[in-house]
Amino acid sequence: MSVRVQQEDFDISAEIAAMRRGNPKIGAIASFVGVVRDINDGDSVKTMTLEHYPGMTEKAITEIIGQARGRWEVLDALVIHRVGTLQPTDQIVLVIVASTHRGDAFAACEFIMDYLKTQAPFWKKEITPQGGRWVDARVTDDKAAQRWGK
Amino acid sequence: MITLLYFARLREALGTGQEQLALPTGVNNLGALRAHLAQRGDVWAVEMAAGRNLRAAVNQTVATPDMAVADGDEVAFFPPVTGG
Repeated sequence: MSVRVQQEDFDISAEIAAMRRGNPKIGAIASFVGVVRDINDGDSVKTMTLEHYPGMTEKAITEIIGQARGRWEVLDALVIHRVGTLQPTDQIVLVIVASTHRGDAFAACEFIMDYLKTQAPFWKKEITPQGGRWVDARVTDDKAAQRWGK
Repeated sequence: MITLLYFARLREALGTGQEQLALPTGVNNLGALRAHLAQRGDVWAVEMAAGRNLRAAVNQTVATPDMAVADGDEVAFFPPVTGG
């Protein structure tokens, strides 16, 4: 299990290969990549800056992975989240979950992402032609996390 | 002393990201601390007002207003998160 918060980009192929090599029990790997869009709420986005709470961010994501392990068979999991200034088409976040079978890998990957969106202390600021603006939290993200129940 | 941290939009509005504060007598939980900060007036009164949608953490764990705050703690206030 591994959590990294970094400015640098990541390579999903290399990360999956490293996870696969480490454990011959793995039979399924699910992954998610979040990407910066060039339009948000109808306005064009030139750049996006991600701020985080060092220390608490890593702790919160580690706890989310722990919750996923309590619900599904998770042989390994990796979350990489970038911070700093990014541009449209840049990768923001990577979640990889390995399990014996696909059902647990798919579910745990989606769960980790839904919880990360609503629990992990990151904040996005977009630069649009109108200037800078902090992105508002979305009700749809809260609903996505709530559907997993307690 | 406690360490206070402010993030994102709140940090910009308050014009500071971090401060040290000697806990006043009677301020022993998160709700009381927020009310104390609101009493600074101006932008503090606006941003720390009870109706504002703020989240908080004590020692890097998300906390509710009844969470105890004591000397040596790290307390953070921030807007709802928007990562991912």
